[in-house]
Amino acid sequence: MAQVSLNNIRKIYPNGVEAVQQTSFDIADGEFLVLVGPSGCGKSTLLRMIAGLEDITEGELRIGDRVVNHVDPADRDIAMVFQNYALYPHMTVRRNIGYGLKNRKTPADVIAAKVREAAEMLNLTDYLDRKPSQLSGGQRQRVAMGRAVVRDPSLFLFDEPLSNLDAKLRHQMRIEIKALQRRLGVTSVYVTHDQVEAMTMADKIIVLNAGRIEQIGTPSEIYHNPASTFVASFMGAPPMNLLDARFEAGQVRINGGTPLLPASGSGPVTVGIRPEDAELTPEGPLGFDIQIVEELGGHRLLHGQLADQPFTLHVGKEVEARPGAARVNLRPEALRLFDKTTGQAL
Amino acid sequence: MTDIPYTPAARRIRWSVLADHAVLIAGSLFLLIPLLVMLQTTTTTDLETIKYGPQLAIGDQLDDNFRAAMFKASGFSGQNTGLSMLINSTILGLGFALGKIVIGMMAAYALVYFRMRFATLAFWLIFTTLLLPLEVRILPSYEIAQKLNLLNSYTGLILPLIASATATFFFRQFFRAVPEELVEAARIDGAGPVRFFIDVLVPLSRTMIAAMFIIMFVFGWNQYLWPTMITTEEGMYTLVRGIKQLTQDLEGTNIPEYGRANMLALIAILPPVAVVIFFQSWFVKGLTESDK
Repeated sequence: MAQVSLNNIRKIYPNGVEAVQQTSFDIADGEFLVLVGPSGCGKSTLLRMIAGLEDITEGELRIGDRVVNHVDPADRDIAMVFQNYALYPHMTVRRNIGYGLKNRKTPADVIAAKVREAAEMLNLTDYLDRKPSQLSGGQRQRVAMGRAVVRDPSLFLFDEPLSNLDAKLRHQMRIEIKALQRRLGVTSVYVTHDQVEAMTMADKIIVLNAGRIEQIGTPSEIYHNPASTFVASFMGAPPMNLLDARFEAGQVRINGGTPLLPASGSGPVTVGIRPEDAELTPEGPLGFDIQIVEELGGHRLLHGQLADQPFTLHVGKEVEARPGAARVNLRPEALRLFDKTTGQAL
Repeated sequence: MTDIPYTPAARRIRWSVLADHAVLIAGSLFLLIPLLVMLQTTTTTDLETIKYGPQLAIGDQLDDNFRAAMFKASGFSGQNTGLSMLINSTILGLGFALGKIVIGMMAAYALVYFRMRFATLAFWLIFTTLLLPLEVRILPSYEIAQKLNLLNSYTGLILPLIASATATFFFRQFFRAVPEELVEAARIDGAGPVRFFIDVLVPLSRTMIAAMFIIMFVFGWNQYLWPTMITTEEGMYTLVRGIKQLTQDLEGTNIPEYGRANMLALIAILPPVAVVIFFQSWFVKGLTESDK
C-alpha cells in the first residue's frame, strides 16, 4: 500500500515533443485513480513514467516515501497489466504468474502457494497448466491480473487492460477488477480512453487533453461540474449539450430570445446542459425540433435542433416521443456556463 | 429373388491428376536415380563396375565396401578412416551451426534491445560482410589462423567461420517482431537482460533456431575449401574433402575405388538429411502453433 505523488512531472521526448506538460497530483493510499483522455493525450506516457518504463524529464515522483525517479521498474514495488496482456507465450499459466516471484529468488514452495492462492482468487485453478494460446481473451486478462496480484505490490498500474475484450466481457471484467482492487486495497492507476470505464471504476478521475490536466475530481464532480467544454463533451454518453448563447441584460439568452438564467457578464458564452437535465414539457419556453428518436429500451434519446443548434434530450421510457416540434424546459440549476473562447468553466 | 448384376461405375480417368503425378514421378526419379546408381555401385566390386558400368543387378559387396569406407585409411598415417572423418565432419557441422546461432542471436539481441549509438551503422557493417565471402578473404583468414596456432585444430576449423551476417539478420528481424510489452513485462517482473534473453527470447525463437540450424549445419557440413586449407594432418580430415583423397582415376595398376568412394559419399549425405528430417517436424510444429 502506498501513496503516490507526482511533483511537477514533465516529459519531453528526444524529438522535442512535449508529451506531458508540467503535472502535479497525489494519489491517496488505496485509491483507484483513472487517467482518461483521447488517444495521444499523454495518459499512457504518464503511466509508463510511474512504472519506470519511460524516463522522467523533469520533476519528482514518489511512491510511498521514496523518490523513485531513477529506480528500476523491478524495484519500484509495482505491478502492471498491459493492453495486450504481454503474457509469456511459451510459459504455462503457472509459470507466467510465478515468473516475477522466481526472479526475486522466492523459495519454490512459497511461489507455488502464492500462485495457487492467486489462481483461486481469479478462477484460474483449472487452467494453470495451459499455455496462453489455449485461453480465451477473458482468461488471458485474468492471468495478467494474476501476475500482478501474486507479487503483492504496493501499486497496480493498468494500461487500457480491457480494450481488447468484447463489450459483454469488458463489462464483467470491469466489475471484477474493481472488486479485486477493493478487496486488496491496493493503490491503483488505471489508464483508459473509455469514459464509461472511467466513470464506473474510479474513485478519482484525471481528464487529460494534449498533455495537460483538464480536471481532477470524483466521477460525480467531473460529470456534473466539468471544468471545461472539453471535459463536458468528452465525459458522458451522449455528451453534454453545448449551446451558443449571449449575456444580455443580466440574463443568459439563446439567440437573443428566451432568458435561461440570470447572470452578469457580457458577450458570447457557451451554455452546457446534460441531456437528462432538460425535460420535455408542453409549457417549456424553448422550441425543440425532434429529428431522430433513439430507442434504448430503458430510456430514449431524442436528437434534434434547439434554436438551430444540435441538441440531445434524454427521456425515460414512459415518455412518448416522435419526430416533430416539441417544447423543452432546461432546469436552471443544471446549466453550466463556459467561456466562449477558452472553454473554461465560469 | 433376381440377381442384380454388379456393374462397377466406370471410373473416369482424370487427365489432370495423371499429369500431376507424371510430373511428380519424373521429378523424384530425377533426384533419386543418381543416388540409386551410387547405391548399386557400392554393392559390386570395383572391377565389375569398371568393366560393365552401372548395372541393374545388385551384387554382394555392400558389406566389404562399407567396411573399406568406414575403417580403411588411405593416407600415410592411417588416421583418415571414414569413421574419423565422419566424427570430424560432425564436429565441424555442429560447431559451425551452433556457433553461428549463438553469435547471431547475441549480436541481434544487442542490436535490437540495447540503445547503442551507431546501432544501425553496426548492423549494416555486419550486413555488408555478406559481400565478402570466405573465398575473397581466404589468405588473410588463413594467415590469422596460422598466427594464432589454429592450424589442424577444431577451433581453427570452426572459429574463423562462425561470425554470421545471415543469422544476425534473421534473428534481428525476428526479435523486432517480438511485442515490446513482453520486454516491459519482463522488466517489471525483475528479469534482467540475461534472464530475459534466456527465459523469454531463446524459447520464443526456437522455431527460428531450428530453421537456422538446418541451414547452417548443412552449410558447415559441406565446407570444402576452408578445411582443405586449415587441416594438413590426416586425423583432422573431414568427409567432404576425404572423399577426394580416394583413388578415383586409373593410374598405373590402381583401379578407382568406386565402391568405397560411393559408399563414403552416401554416408556423407545421411547426417544432413537426418538433420533436415528431424528439425523439419519441429519447424512445421513451430509454424503451426505460432505463439509469438
